[in-house]
Amino acid sequence: MLIEGTTVELLSGAEMVVRALRDEGVKYIYGYPGGSLLHVYDALFQQEDVQHVLVRHEQAATHMADAYARATGKAGVALVTSGPGATNAVTGIATAFMDSIPMVVITGQVMSHLIGEDAFQETDMLGISRPVVKHNFSVQRPEDIPSIVRKAFHIAESGRPGPVVIDVPKDMTTPTERYPYEYPKQVKMRSYTPITRGHTGQIKKATDLLLNAKRPVIYTGGGVIMGDASTELTELSRLLNFPVTNTLMGLGGFPGTDRQFIGMLGMHGSYEANMAMHHADLILAVGARFDDRVTNACDKFCPTAKVVHIDIDPASISKTIQADIPIVGPAKVVLEEMIQLVKGSKKQPDADALHAWWQQIDEWRQRHGGRFRTDDSELMKPQQVIEMLSKVTNGDAFVTSDVGQHQMFAAQYYKFNKPNRWINSGGLGTMGFGLPAAMGVKMNFPDDDVACVTGEGSIQMNIQELSTCNQYDLPVKILCLNNQSLGMVRQWQDMNYESRHSQSYMKSLPDFVKLVESYGHVGMKVDKYSDLEGAMREAFALKDRLVFMDIAVDPFEHVYPMQVPRGSMRDMWLSKTERT
Amino acid sequence: MRHIISVLMENEPGALSRVVGLFSQRNYNIESLTVAPTEDATLSRLTVTTIGNDRVVEQITKQLNKLIDVVKVVDLSEGEHIEREVMMIKLKASGQMRAEIKRTCDIFRGQIIDVTPTTYTVQLVGASDKLDAFISALGSASILEVVRSGVCGIARGEKVLSL
Repeated sequence: MLIEGTTVELLSGAEMVVRALRDEGVKYIYGYPGGSLLHVYDALFQQEDVQHVLVRHEQAATHMADAYARATGKAGVALVTSGPGATNAVTGIATAFMDSIPMVVITGQVMSHLIGEDAFQETDMLGISRPVVKHNFSVQRPEDIPSIVRKAFHIAESGRPGPVVIDVPKDMTTPTERYPYEYPKQVKMRSYTPITRGHTGQIKKATDLLLNAKRPVIYTGGGVIMGDASTELTELSRLLNFPVTNTLMGLGGFPGTDRQFIGMLGMHGSYEANMAMHHADLILAVGARFDDRVTNACDKFCPTAKVVHIDIDPASISKTIQADIPIVGPAKVVLEEMIQLVKGSKKQPDADALHAWWQQIDEWRQRHGGRFRTDDSELMKPQQVIEMLSKVTNGDAFVTSDVGQHQMFAAQYYKFNKPNRWINSGGLGTMGFGLPAAMGVKMNFPDDDVACVTGEGSIQMNIQELSTCNQYDLPVKILCLNNQSLGMVRQWQDMNYESRHSQSYMKSLPDFVKLVESYGHVGMKVDKYSDLEGAMREAFALKDRLVFMDIAVDPFEHVYPMQVPRGSMRDMWLSKTERT
Repeated sequence: MRHIISVLMENEPGALSRVVGLFSQRNYNIESLTVAPTEDATLSRLTVTTIGNDRVVEQITKQLNKLIDVVKVVDLSEGEHIEREVMMIKLKASGQMRAEIKRTCDIFRGQIIDVTPTTYTVQLVGASDKLDAFISALGSASILEVVRSGVCGIARGEKVLSL
């Protein structure tokens, strides 16, 4: 319906929600209907631009949207009803928040006049979500919907990204009440102006330090991935010939097979990465936040290093580790400026010092290369499974993971050469993330290989989504590293609680093969390493089928290296018996 | 160290809860908190007094700045500033105490704003330590009720906190 004599359309609130998503370029939304959203679902039904994907649990909807964002850099969208729908989404929202992932979550709400009256399926979603969102909105007038949606996407995707919730009371979507619809092209918010470049003086000072460094390390995190800065990072690192280490969130920001890559750092970081950090005289931190899983004890952190810290969020700088040169700005723009400065400088990186530094790093690399031992038994090591995955997919697949030992093995042994391909819940550590994340990626990258590395514990936290995979033909490959126990919990119990395995043993596991078959998928059981490669190749050759590989792995394996609690970066367990 | 942080924010529903939520979520301390609209009805001015070392206070101002509803943040304690707090205090005032309380009140330049045969209600304006001093000068025996507004503050000189 048009306003007479104009091209301005009259739309109901429900139609505006859907139209605004279309105008934002959204193709898929992930959700689950319910009472407060029935008008919106009816509007969805009557158009074809925005396609809705019906999950089996709202948490999965948020993870699908989140994974889409991690793979593309654009905000994913979830749609959930009020009350339990909204609370079920909270874990997914918090997951995105901790990893700074752009996402817009639209939650239904009871009618405005019922808010505060403990109405059926009422929950204070603004209050509940507040600590885990970048911002949230409540729709008070239907005509505000277009501008709120535009603002939500702007806030979610700009600056340090994050999830934004829009709470929509049912009466804001009444189909019979129509308002003029115009989607705003621009957003102007006096209280929100993300930084677009770094301070040139600071960048110059930092570049001087880089060119004088004798034992430098470039340490980068998720900010390089979400900030689309991996090309610039790679160029600068090669220009300087500095070693690069990535955080768990930063893997793929620098090519994993490059000689200059020294592995992940931190609690389960590589020996050479942690040693190099400890002995460095300069750390260039880019889009990383010196989180406790990286630094170990802050007072013992990298005693001889000066710290240059580039981050889009000023609050991340000098939060746990004092920066000597703070640079607030987008990683991509700041790194580009550094590249130009390095190229234009008369001074060259100190080649002699770097040569000696690389010798030292290579020596560390050799001293503790392979990291895991295979024994004569047929029992597979989980690391072997990941190495095989890397081989079978040529390091090109999207790999999602759940949380625990398998996540660390995937991070350590899969060689990510491209950004946005490693999709895991780093900050919140959300078990149940892996399968819906793989689905969200596969839906948007149907021609790519998508593997979900999981364990028999994590997969059961969202296993109902096998049904969604059936409905939408999502042929992801699930690699379940089955050690019949909550491996990471068990590892800590082995190391700190004299192997008292309190509640970390999984009794009465389902027969996964039969289970996935009942959902219409293909199941495989692999018990021997000698069968692994053939089975995995067969699984990936089945392009249009979801394949669940139930892979029996050594239940006694631990993840190493592992930093010693309250120690410095270099204090590590290297195996069950060796310590640095 | 005690800091007085002034925040200019959108006068929107939920804005205050974001600020208060931030303090509890990040384990920052709130000594006092006041908030009211400004001459521009779309803006509120919030003043919070907090205690923390430099690192904590730096984090507080940075985290406040990140809130979407927050327009500007300033740590008044970084420069010359004026702070004021209003206290209303209801006191037992009978017999010879009546004159004594009146005298103390005059010394502190308080005003008696309500009177009954047995009570005085006194209004006192000043920096928080002056209000504290008044309370301790009276002694707890005569105090019936105390209400304090919390601190508000403004920078000295020509510096202003505005859009």
